[in-house]
Amino acid sequence: MSDLMVNQFLLLGAILFCTGVYGVIARKNTVLVLMSIELILNAVNINLLTFAALHADVAGAVFALFIIAVAAAEVGVGLAMVLIIYRNRSSVDLDDVDSMRG
Amino acid sequence: MAAENVFFYAIAAVMVAGAVAVVTSRNVVRAALALIVVFAGVAAQFILLGAEFLAITQVLVYIGAIMVLMLFGIMLTRARIGRDTDMTNEHWWVGALTALLLAGVMGYALVDYFGKDKLPHERALTAVDAAGRASNTATVSDTIFSQFLIPFEVVSVLLLAALVGAIVIARKDRG
Repeated sequence: MSDLMVNQFLLLGAILFCTGVYGVIARKNTVLVLMSIELILNAVNINLLTFAALHADVAGAVFALFIIAVAAAEVGVGLAMVLIIYRNRSSVDLDDVDSMRG
Repeated sequence: MAAENVFFYAIAAVMVAGAVAVVTSRNVVRAALALIVVFAGVAAQFILLGAEFLAITQVLVYIGAIMVLMLFGIMLTRARIGRDTDMTNEHWWVGALTALLLAGVMGYALVDYFGKDKLPHERALTAVDAAGRASNTATVSDTIFSQFLIPFEVVSVLLLAALVGAIVIARKDRG
């Protein structure tokens, strides 16, 4: 057994995840919300690799790799959407995107 | 305290400070730079966990590619580069409440279940090949191209679709 505890990695992941959740809910700027989503994805990756190390199973690392690929795709499409919102409304404030409000 | 633990806590403190800066900074560019610090810290934790390949990938993809995209997004949407007073909406306390509740539940569950369990010393994300060399990269690639070949191909198609989709969404002359 090494000196590293399972929990210190998992709790670090939990803290990053909660920070990201706060950012997604509380931030107004769309780009900042995308950044908070990246925080959440990174927290998940830390958790996956911790369990991969705990069970000595490389599948966790492969899944983390897939998450990185999906995150790259998500940022690309997300920023394209931010750009088109900005072009149509000259603002990236989420509060201004309220045309779906009943 | 062992050296590993010293490194872990030093990096973790920097990461948490960076993450808080990302969600509280009034300056968009400063938030992006704080996010780079968090990504670098995550890469360092990956090395502590014995996943060198993932750490390098993290640096290449997140710090190299995703952050450049983010900074382009900031630039193109002309979010004011200086201080911006209005980055957090008036319902921020809902977010704070949700995050604190989540942190409480997850923290309790983790401490309750794992307690003081230690990671195994041989954090074997590596297999030893015939020549006696252990390589994390070789292990990961062997697993991808045998057990996870179909998911890997699906991810490539997903990336292609995202690429085409991003271009179609963002181009100006939409027919």
